[in-house]
Amino acid sequence: MSESTMTYTSPASSAKMLRAMVGIGIVCALLIVLTFEGTLPRIEKLRAEALQKAIFKVIPGITKTGTYQLNANNDFVAIENEETAGEIVYAGFDDNDRLIGVAVEASGQGYADIIRILYGYDPESQKIIGFYVLESKETPGLGDKIEKDPSFLANFAGLDVSLEDDLSSVQNEVVPVKNGTKENPWEVDGITGATISSRAIGNIIGASTQYWVPIIYNNSKTFKAPAVTN
Amino acid sequence: MSAKIGEKSNGGFATTLKNSPSTDEFIKGLWRDNPVFVQVLGMCPVLAVSNTAENALAMGLATAFVLLMSNILVSSLRNFIPKQVRIASYILIIATFVTITDYVIQAISVELHKSLGAFISLIVVNCLILSRAEAFASKNSIGSSALDALGMGVGFTFALFCLGAVRELLGNGTFFGLHFFPDTFQEWIVMILPAGGFFTLAIWLLIFNAAKARKSEV
Repeated sequence: MSESTMTYTSPASSAKMLRAMVGIGIVCALLIVLTFEGTLPRIEKLRAEALQKAIFKVIPGITKTGTYQLNANNDFVAIENEETAGEIVYAGFDDNDRLIGVAVEASGQGYADIIRILYGYDPESQKIIGFYVLESKETPGLGDKIEKDPSFLANFAGLDVSLEDDLSSVQNEVVPVKNGTKENPWEVDGITGATISSRAIGNIIGASTQYWVPIIYNNSKTFKAPAVTN
Repeated sequence: MSAKIGEKSNGGFATTLKNSPSTDEFIKGLWRDNPVFVQVLGMCPVLAVSNTAENALAMGLATAFVLLMSNILVSSLRNFIPKQVRIASYILIIATFVTITDYVIQAISVELHKSLGAFISLIVVNCLILSRAEAFASKNSIGSSALDALGMGVGFTFALFCLGAVRELLGNGTFFGLHFFPDTFQEWIVMILPAGGFFTLAIWLLIFNAAKARKSEV
């Protein structure tokens, strides 16, 4: 073995490489875990705040909210810790503990990714009374009009979701229609230039109300206002 | 290819031979070797997230933070990392700081995290950061590397901000969310879209190259 046959940098031993990679890996993992643990409480707090704000937006005129889960007897019971598992809705009450509306989260495929929305339902007038996009990755300037376009948002000021006489299903399912062709109170007028995104919203609300509205309407008496204002 | 450009413009011997940190390491990233306008690195976030001034600033700062931290760590470990596994090690270090940045941004504001979206995670593959680690931090002292990262980071943020400000102003009629034009102003929606990013970048590059050409003529 002569010097000349060796490459100009002697190859590092496997042990050295292993030591470097494992060492860096452990340090990096530690850093990530520390940051995760450190920021988790604040992230959860911000998320909950954002959701609370959204609930106040979709049910106008409320002063307090509560989180409710549907139990086996078809009663809505208030829950303290918000677990993501299970079927959860948010109810909004006014100062006199009167139920004003129920906010429901729904999601479905948009143009770019899953769109997550929150809508408010008023069991008394049997109408959708508010709508808010919680999460979307729709195209900026086009698809994201579903969050801002005033004439599109006007759809959700009073969208008809009245039940059939037997109270088991929605009379007219909410359907998206082409821009400017809305004729009935259960149709969602689309947006030109955001066709897929606005249709997606109509379909998400259609499917979600078909499921939730009969349940909420028939059990709306079981919502009990929370004792403390939050 | 892009990594090569980076190497050429800053692996220059004037800087690599020096061991003590100098202000030149910092200054060069701002103008002469500006990562966006001169090296044309990291185009993906530059075009995608520069639709508003606020997004551009946030993205620039996030990238600068990752750049600074990874440069410091790479530089301090430069004698510990064997050559054969250096790229893997750099990626590991960069990915760690990107994940940390992601959590921190979420903890600062949900809205901001919402608007930056997937592009935070994509900082990992921003060739600007890897090229600084490979071309500079792995060969220089911690002090020089930190200065280099700061200069490049500030230069990157500045460039993103230049794009974001123009695009938001023309495409949305606002600046940092404040309305700037009378209501009659018709927004140029194309400026918010990716195509507008290319237009704006082209105009900025034109200005930079014209300035450079004039300087070399004199």
